[in-house]
Amino acid sequence: MATSEAALHSPTGAHGHEGTYSGGIWSWITTVDHKRIGILYGLTALMFFVLGGIEALIIRLQLHGPNAGIVSPQVYNQLFTMHGTTMIFLALMPLGAAFFNFVVPLQIGARDVAFPRLNAFSYWTFLFGGLFLYSSWFWQAPDAGWFGYANLTSTQFSPGPGVDFWFLGLQLLGLSSLVAALNFAITILNLRAPGMKLMRMPLFTWMTLVTSFLMILAFPAITVGLVLLMFDRFFDAGFYNVAVGGDVVLWQHLFWIFGHPEVYILILPAMGIVSEIIPTFSQKPLFGYPVVVYSGVLIGFIGFGVWAHHMFAVGMGPIANSVFSATTMIIAIPTGVKIFNWLATMWGGKIRPKVPFLFAFGFIIMFIIGGLSGVMHASPPADLQQTDSYFVVAHFHYVLFGGSVFGLFGGIYYWYPKVTGKLMSETLGKWHFWLMIIAFNITFFPMHFLGLQGMPRRTYTYESGLGFHDLNLVATAGSFLLGASFLFFFWNFFRSLKKGEDAGENPWNAATLEWAIPSPPPHYNFDTLPTVRSRDPLWAEDGYEKPAADQEPEMPAGSGWPIVVSSGLLLLAIAAITSHLWLVGVGVLIVFVGVYGWSFQPVYR
Amino acid sequence: MSQGDTAALEHHYTTTGQPSRKMLMWAFIGSECMFFGSLITTYLVYHGRNLQGPYPADLLSVPFISVTTFVLLMSSLMMVLALSAVQRGQKKWARVFLFLTAFLGMIFLGGQVIEFTHFAENGLSLSRNLFGSTFFVLTGFHGAHVTVGVIWLLTLWVQSLRGKLGPEHSLSVEIAGLYWHFVDVVWVVLFTVIYLMQGVKT
Repeated sequence: MATSEAALHSPTGAHGHEGTYSGGIWSWITTVDHKRIGILYGLTALMFFVLGGIEALIIRLQLHGPNAGIVSPQVYNQLFTMHGTTMIFLALMPLGAAFFNFVVPLQIGARDVAFPRLNAFSYWTFLFGGLFLYSSWFWQAPDAGWFGYANLTSTQFSPGPGVDFWFLGLQLLGLSSLVAALNFAITILNLRAPGMKLMRMPLFTWMTLVTSFLMILAFPAITVGLVLLMFDRFFDAGFYNVAVGGDVVLWQHLFWIFGHPEVYILILPAMGIVSEIIPTFSQKPLFGYPVVVYSGVLIGFIGFGVWAHHMFAVGMGPIANSVFSATTMIIAIPTGVKIFNWLATMWGGKIRPKVPFLFAFGFIIMFIIGGLSGVMHASPPADLQQTDSYFVVAHFHYVLFGGSVFGLFGGIYYWYPKVTGKLMSETLGKWHFWLMIIAFNITFFPMHFLGLQGMPRRTYTYESGLGFHDLNLVATAGSFLLGASFLFFFWNFFRSLKKGEDAGENPWNAATLEWAIPSPPPHYNFDTLPTVRSRDPLWAEDGYEKPAADQEPEMPAGSGWPIVVSSGLLLLAIAAITSHLWLVGVGVLIVFVGVYGWSFQPVYR
Repeated sequence: MSQGDTAALEHHYTTTGQPSRKMLMWAFIGSECMFFGSLITTYLVYHGRNLQGPYPADLLSVPFISVTTFVLLMSSLMMVLALSAVQRGQKKWARVFLFLTAFLGMIFLGGQVIEFTHFAENGLSLSRNLFGSTFFVLTGFHGAHVTVGVIWLLTLWVQSLRGKLGPEHSLSVEIAGLYWHFVDVVWVVLFTVIYLMQGVKT
């Protein structure tokens, strides 16, 4: 008690609150602290990132030369399906969620999220959904591609439990994302500290808000698509069965009405991170703040009106093609606006090329390349040449790896000192960055040419003499170098926990509220709620005010009910895959008991 | 003001002044609109594309479903009265109206059971044709929502019987009410789309 009181009386002390993370495993299982949940999200996402990366390396090994037989065609299909599903749903989205969790409440001056137990529920459901999906490797992994086009997913063409694992896992993950998005939307709208007006919110918080609304409105479409698939597979309904009059294109619409906003769900958090890093390392407020905010909101809106550009090859007719082509080209405008604002922020700033800044800068360059090839296939005639070729593979890896991954890893380097209280090594970080950006381009740039030469996406292998060999070998070599670059990251990541220098409150001299409190923050974040008077509270004179605390605030108590409800849902998924009706009963009972225990448990005890 | 009061105030501090739980329900309803919107669109896209009977006109009974629709709408009225009674602290009326809301919801569900049974006896099933697939999934999901609502309302009713539903808990009733009204509104749309528009060519 003595130490915590001492810390209370010197809230600006350089020493962080190591007590924030102390306690045994039980304290982590029942935690409702947004910081701990953020860490759990981050570590789990990194674990799945490694698994998805290993799958990618096996794919590259298989494609290194003509007629290779490293894995069977069946396993190859499973590898690219699981690679895509993993990277999108189990690595990038949860990594974004890790930052939403850890950073957003700190940035808006809140003590926790609006619904702390719901937050724990989101994490456990995500973890169980991911483990459920991955358990399929021990039985039969899904092999219908990450967008699971009907009727490849029908029982006729995909017998066995692979596709069942896929859609049940995605339902769990979707529920987790929806609940998390609801939580973050309400947290940002309703738990801002006094004076934190919407147009004073940090850009990362803004992009989290936009992303949350995208998730709230986009996930129901895929939920319905997957529900219809479930009824087709389990109960012989005819939604995607052409023989009874069903239409396979319905799946494509439902999937991409979700799937395109999903692209922005993956990229907007990274853009938010870049919008934090660039002003900090240029020591200059973000150029044209309102325009950057509005362009993010606009991307969110237009993002719902472009989905059919994934379907030009379906043959929707000239009117639909023209409309979706036009909306797709329009969405490049707000994206371009953001890029010019970042460049203008750097212009005339005192640039410090620390590792987070390098990643943000890498993001901008790689994302421009990915964005330009994106505008190319906004045109249906060009798209018909490029679709389902390696050109598209190159495009979305520039957007999702060159964009999201660079942005999110920049975020890890940027906020690691706040999370752990330690600085990461700059030297190792620079090794990681330069190796990663060089290897990334060696891996994915040749794929543009492979695609234009006609190499089809998802092909198991290719004949010699088609001219694909050399560039594929280059790409495979690059991919292993890319994998090696992450060894520097993980070495740095774990080494700095012990050997990193103490970070202090604000090692980067950043402007936002999370840097006003100790690193790591105390479990209650802010002993008294700050009053915000500026968009850059830590830079502006008198930018915020925080009255002295006379007591430690009371925080919500931990709860075991969220994990109980999540495990009930997991049991339901297991029941569905094993066709045990009694297990359904047990699952429903556990969910029921969990929800009631939760509802009648007081938040503060 | 004592320190305890300050803490209690801070627990309830919100930027908008609205309770977070209520905003959560509104955001959730937004998500549900997209959910039912996708299901309704599916129903409409497949309308009239049956390759074999039974067809909607063979089975759908507008008079019967009009009665259960009326019952569900009345349960919405009871919900309004229940909330008003809880807010005014009229414990007896709160119990009566909460029970009536749930009871009318159960009658609606009973009507759905009768309808489903009747359709099944006439050869309609999930796998029979597209009408069967779309009808059972769409109305089934609505029925599941009503069921959740009934369980929720009965829970509140039991709480009121135990004397634990005073005016200070009116927010809990208000949020349940938001959900219940939303589920009713969805049914009004389904009633229109499935039963009243069955002859419309899409």
